[in-house]
Amino acid sequence: MFLINCPYCGERDQQEFKAGGEAHIERPKQPTELSDDEWAEYLFMRKNIKGVQFERWNHAHGCRKWFNMVRDTSNDEIKAIYKMGEKPPSQ
Amino acid sequence: MRNKYSVFSLIKNALSFHENWQRAWKDPAPKKEYDAVIVGGGGHGLATAYYLAKKHNMNNIAVVEKGWIGGGNTGRNTTIIRSNYLWDASAGLYDHALKIWEGLSQELNYNVMFSQRGVMNLAHNLQDVRDLKRRTHANRLNGIDAVYLSTEEVKKFCPIINTSPDIRYPVLGGTLQRRAGTARHDAVAWGYARGADAMGVDIIQNCEVKGIKRNGDSVEGIETTKGFIKTKKVGVVAAGHSSVIANMAGLRLPLESKPLQALVSEPVKPIIDTVVMSNAVHAYVSQSDKGELVIGAGTDDYVSYTQKGSHQIVEGTLNAILELYPIFSRMRMLRQWGGIVDICPDASPILSKTSIKGLYFNCGWGTGGFKATPGSGDLFAHTIANDEPHKLNAAFNLNRFVSGDLVDEHGAAAVAH
Repeated sequence: MFLINCPYCGERDQQEFKAGGEAHIERPKQPTELSDDEWAEYLFMRKNIKGVQFERWNHAHGCRKWFNMVRDTSNDEIKAIYKMGEKPPSQ
Repeated sequence: MRNKYSVFSLIKNALSFHENWQRAWKDPAPKKEYDAVIVGGGGHGLATAYYLAKKHNMNNIAVVEKGWIGGGNTGRNTTIIRSNYLWDASAGLYDHALKIWEGLSQELNYNVMFSQRGVMNLAHNLQDVRDLKRRTHANRLNGIDAVYLSTEEVKKFCPIINTSPDIRYPVLGGTLQRRAGTARHDAVAWGYARGADAMGVDIIQNCEVKGIKRNGDSVEGIETTKGFIKTKKVGVVAAGHSSVIANMAGLRLPLESKPLQALVSEPVKPIIDTVVMSNAVHAYVSQSDKGELVIGAGTDDYVSYTQKGSHQIVEGTLNAILELYPIFSRMRMLRQWGGIVDICPDASPILSKTSIKGLYFNCGWGTGGFKATPGSGDLFAHTIANDEPHKLNAAFNLNRFVSGDLVDEHGAAAVAH
C-alpha cells in the first residue's frame, strides 16, 4: 500500500489504481507473420524484475487515465511517473 | 545413523529433559561438486531432494537455501490440501500429491499432522452453482471424491455459516471433498529435510545463488554466497523468486510475483472443524490445532517482492468472513503476513525442462502450492533424474505457452488473481 502521484489528479491512495503490468511491450506490427515462439514472448513472458521495473497503471477510481511508472519492486518505492507516449526516464 | 522417532525415544529424551535430541539434519559446508543441486529449501525443494535420493538413488546432491529451510512460503501458507481441480491433467497432479499425503507421516517417521477434515467450496450465485456442479462431475470422472451440497447440507456440515437468503451473497450450495484437509506446514519441511539428510543429501542454509554458469546450452554450476558449486543438473524451486533465478540463466518465464496475505486470530476453543473456501466473496477459513482461525486473503494486483500486502485486501476478506460467520465478529486478529507467490497466466504450475540442458524449473504454483508438496517433489525428482517428465507432469511443461495447450485452473485455484 502506497501513495501514487497521478500525473492528472495528484497524489492519491494506491487503492484507487489498477496495476496494468509491464510497460513498453509493443503490440506486434505484423501479427500474421509471428511465429508461435514470438507470440508466446509477446503474450506471456514477463521480466518480473526484483528491483527497478517499468509498468503501466490506470487511475481506475479517478480520472481513469493510463500512465507509466518506474517502481522498485523490492521495496515498492516509486522512482518516476510519466504519461503514456512520453519517453521513459533513463535510469 | 538417524535415530527413529517413537514413543520410546520420547520417554528416553524426557528423562534427560529433552536436552540430548539428535540434530534433525546436519549443517554441512558445500562440496565442490554434486550430481544435482536443488535451489530453494522450501517444502517442494526438500521433497524433490528426498525423492531424488529415495527413488532415483541420487545421494550426492544438495539443497541450497538463501535463508533457512521452510522460512519462505512453506511457513507462510494456510496449509490447505485438496485435489478438486477441473481438468484431467490437474486432477492427476494434485490427487497424486493427496495420495502421498495420506501415508506421509509414516513414510517420513515425522508427524506432519495431516488431518482429512474436508474442504468445502461455497457457491454464491447461479454461475458458481453451475461451475461447482461441473467441477464435481469432472472430479468424479477422475476418481476424486467430491459431492455437491445443498444450502441445508452446507449448514449441517458447518453450522456456524450464515445461510440466510438475505445476506449480500447468499450461500446457494457448495462442494465437499472429504479426503481434503490440512497439515502442519513446518513439519512438512522439517520432515522432508530430516529424511533427505538421512540419505546423504547436503542441506545448505544461508547460501544464496548469485549466478548460473553455462557452457553453451548446458549448465556447469552455480555461483553462490558460499562459493562456486559444480553440477550438471540444477533444479530451481524458488517460488516467488523463480524469475530472478531464470534471469541469471538468461531465460524468460511467464510469471508475475505478487504478495499474497494470510492472517490468524487469537486462539479459541474448537469452533470450525473443516475448511471452508469461497471464491466469489474471497474468504477462506480453517482452525489450527492451536485454536487460531487461519484466514487467507487475496493477492495484490501489482508485482512486488516486499512480503507485505495492501491493507484493503485484508479488509475485503474480513468483511466477507464477517458476513458468512457473524459469530466471529468480536474475534481479534493476532498476526498478518505476506508471501511472494509466482503466478502463471493459466493458474497452473510449471514442472519442466528448459531450453538449457540440465536446468529444470518447478514454479508457477501461485497461490496454491502447499497442497501439492509431496507430488510436486516426486514428479520433479523424476523429471530431473530421467531428463524427461513423468506422465503426470508432462502437461505442465514450459512449452505450453508456445503451443497454446494451457491448463486453465483459474476457477479451481480459489484465490482471486
